[in-house]
Amino acid sequence: MDIPYTTAARPDTGVNNPTLGIWLFLSSEIMLFGSLFSAYALIRGGADQWPDQSSVLSVPLGAINTALLVLSSVTLGRALSALRSSTHPTGGADLYGPRSYRLLMAATILLGLAFLGIKAFEWNEKLAHGLVPSTNNFLGLYFTMTGVHAAHLVGGILVNAYLLGPGMRLWRTEPERYAGRIAAARLYWNLVDVVWIALFVVLYVM
Amino acid sequence: MFRKYLFSTDHKVIGLQYALTSLVFLLLGFILILLIRWQLAYPGAPVPVVGPWLGEANAPGGVILPEFYNQLAAMHGTIMVFLGVVPLAVGAFGNYVTPLQLGAPDMAFPRLNMASYWVYFTGGVIMLASFFVPGGAANSGWTSYPPLADIATSGQTWWLAGILLLSISSLLGSVNMITTIVQLRAPGLTWFRLPFFVWSQLVTAFLLLLAFPALQAAALLQGMDRLAGTSFFLPSGLVVSGRALSVAGGGSALLWQHLFWFLAHPEVYVLILPAMGIVAEVIANNTRKSLWGYRLMVYSIFVLGFLSFAVWAHHMFLTGMGTAVSAFFQATTLIISIPSVVVLSALVLSLYGGSIRFTVPMLFALAFLPMFGLGGLSGLPLGLAPSDIALHDTLYVVGHFHYLVAPGTIFALFAGIYYWYPKITGRMMNSTLGAIHFAGSLVCMNLIFMPMFIQGLGGVNRRLWDGGQQYAHAQELARLNIPMSHASWALALFQLFFIVNLFGSLKFGRRATTNPWHATTLEWTATDSPPLAHGNFATPPRVYRDAYEYSVPGAAADFTPQNEQAGS
Repeated sequence: MDIPYTTAARPDTGVNNPTLGIWLFLSSEIMLFGSLFSAYALIRGGADQWPDQSSVLSVPLGAINTALLVLSSVTLGRALSALRSSTHPTGGADLYGPRSYRLLMAATILLGLAFLGIKAFEWNEKLAHGLVPSTNNFLGLYFTMTGVHAAHLVGGILVNAYLLGPGMRLWRTEPERYAGRIAAARLYWNLVDVVWIALFVVLYVM
Repeated sequence: MFRKYLFSTDHKVIGLQYALTSLVFLLLGFILILLIRWQLAYPGAPVPVVGPWLGEANAPGGVILPEFYNQLAAMHGTIMVFLGVVPLAVGAFGNYVTPLQLGAPDMAFPRLNMASYWVYFTGGVIMLASFFVPGGAANSGWTSYPPLADIATSGQTWWLAGILLLSISSLLGSVNMITTIVQLRAPGLTWFRLPFFVWSQLVTAFLLLLAFPALQAAALLQGMDRLAGTSFFLPSGLVVSGRALSVAGGGSALLWQHLFWFLAHPEVYVLILPAMGIVAEVIANNTRKSLWGYRLMVYSIFVLGFLSFAVWAHHMFLTGMGTAVSAFFQATTLIISIPSVVVLSALVLSLYGGSIRFTVPMLFALAFLPMFGLGGLSGLPLGLAPSDIALHDTLYVVGHFHYLVAPGTIFALFAGIYYWYPKITGRMMNSTLGAIHFAGSLVCMNLIFMPMFIQGLGGVNRRLWDGGQQYAHAQELARLNIPMSHASWALALFQLFFIVNLFGSLKFGRRATTNPWHATTLEWTATDSPPLAHGNFATPPRVYRDAYEYSVPGAAADFTPQNEQAGS
C-alpha cells in the first residue's frame, strides 16, 4: 500500500503531504508561543511594578545566543541546498550525502548545542544568585518561556542528529523523500529561531 | 499480532481503538454522574450497592464527602469532553470514516496516527490514575479555575499532565486529518463533491490545531504555579484558610480563564461539528434526497469555525472584565448563532418532501434536530450579558450545554454507530433493541435535563454538594432532583440495550450486504463491508458525481454511487 503524494506534489494543491503537515504543525506552534507571549503581555500589563529586565538578564549573552541561532538557520539552509544540488547517490563517497552537506548539518547541531550550553549557564547564574521562578513573575515567565523554547530546541537537535545519523539510510533508497525531511526540519528550525528572536527582544531588551 | 491489533498503523484499527477506549470512558463518566445524581437526590444518604467500594477517604460509610463530590464533578466533565465525546467523534469516526469517504488508502501519516492514539491513551490512564493519589483526582471543576486549582490537592497536577498529553494527541491527529483531506481525495473528488461529514471533520481539525495550544500554554503556566511556586494566576494578598499565601503574587486569575476558554469555546464546536456531519450523512441517506443547501451548510460551518475563535469571553461576563469587552463578545456570540441556525434549518428543510425511512440511525438523527435546537436556543440568554448575570453558574447553564452534548452530540454519535456498524463489522445491529435504546434515552434525557432549566431559572446554583437544599429559595426546586435522578438510573438501564446490541450483533447480527443502506458515498460503494484490511480499496476509486445523488430522475436506482460513471 502506497500513500500518494509523500514526495511528489499533488498537482491541484501544489504541495506534498510532509510540506503541508509541517506547516500545519508550525501554525499550532505559533499559537502555543503566541499564548505564552499573550500571557506575558497580560501579566506585565497588569503588574504594579516590573523589574528592569535588561539589568536582571545579560543582554550580551542573549545577543550571542541570537547570533548563534541565526547562524545555525543559515547553515541548515545551506545544508539543504547542498543536498538538493548534489546528484542522486550512485554509491561510493556519495553514500552519506555530499561532504558539504554533512559538515553544514554537523555545524547546525553544534551551534544548537552551543546555544543550549550558554542558556544553561545563564539559568545556572540566576539560580545561583537566588533568582528563581518564584521570585517574581518576570523571572517565572523568563524560566517558563525560555524553558519551553529550549525544549523545542532539544527536540530539533535530536531530529537533526537522527537525520544525519541513522536517518541517512533513506537517502540511499529514496533521496527525494530524505531531502523532504531535511526541508521540514529546516522549517521547524527556522520557527524555533524566530521564536527566540522574539523572546530575546521581549524578555531581554524591552 | 501486536502489529495488527495493538500497534497497527491502519486507520481502521486505530479508529476502532479510539472507539472502544472512548466508549469505555463515556461509560465511566456516566457512572460518575450516577453517583452525583444519588447525592443530589438523597444528600447525605449512603450510596447503595457501590457505597462501600468508594473508599473511606471518599465516602465513609458510603456517604459521599463534599471533597469527593467535587472530584466526581470535575472528572465527569473532563472525562466526557476530553476522553469521551471528542475522541469518539474525531478519533473514532474521523479516523475510520474519513479516509474511506475520500477514497484514500489510509491517513496521510499512518505512524503519526498510531502515536496520536497512544498519547491519548496514556493521557487517559494518567487522568484515571489521579483518583488514587493522596487527596484524589482533580476537584476544581473541569475548567480548573485558579486560584482554587493552583492550591488544590496533587490530583490537579496529574490533571495538567493528562491535559498536556491529550493536547499533543489532538495536535498530531489534526495535522493528520487536514493533510489527509487536502491531499488524499480520490481523483474526481473535488471540494464540493465531498460528503458533508468530511467538511465537518476538516473544520473540526482546524479548531483543534489552533485552539488547543492555548490550553497547553495555560497548563504549563499552572503547572509552574503548582510545582515551581510562580504566581502567574495568583493575585497579591491572597488569603487561604485565614493565612496569607506566601507567594510573590501579582498574577491574574483572569489570565487562566482567557487561555482556557480560548480553547474551550472552539472545543464546544469540536463537540458539535462532527455530530452535524454524522446527522447530515444519515439524513441524506434516509430521506433519499440530497441535502438541502449543501454549499450553504459548508460555508456556514466555515463561518462557525472562524467565529468560534472570537466568542470565548462570553463565559466570563461576571468576571468584571469591563462592559466594552462584554459588549464585543456578546455581539460575536449572537452572530455565531446565525450559521448554527443555518445548518440546523438546512437539515430540517432536507426532510421536506422526502420519503423518510425510520431506521434506527435516522431516529437518533431526527431527535438530534429538536434537542440540539433546544440546547442552542437556551444558549441565547446566556450569550447576552444582562441575562447571563442572573443565569451564570446556575443549573440553567448545565441544562443548556447538556442538551447540546447529550441528546445532541451523543445522539448523533449513536446514529453514527448504528449507521456505520455494518460497514465495520459486516453485520447489522438489531433494530428492535435499537428502537428501545432510542426511545428510552430520549425520554430519560429530557426528564433529566428539562427540570434543570426550571431549577436554574429559580436561581439554584450548580456544583452544590447538597443540590442547594441549604438555600431557602432552592428548597422546593431541589425536590425535582428525585425524579431527575430516577430518570438518570433508568437512562443507565436503557444503555444496556445498546451494550448488548453492540456486542451481541457481532455474532448474532443479520449479515449485511456491502451497501445495506443503499448509500452513495465511497465508503459504501467502492469497497466491501468490512473494508479491505490494508489500502481499503482493491482498485483506487474515481469519483464522477456529487455526494448525495439520491432519487435522481431517470437513474436506474434511487441512489447513484459517487464512483459510478455517467452512462454506465
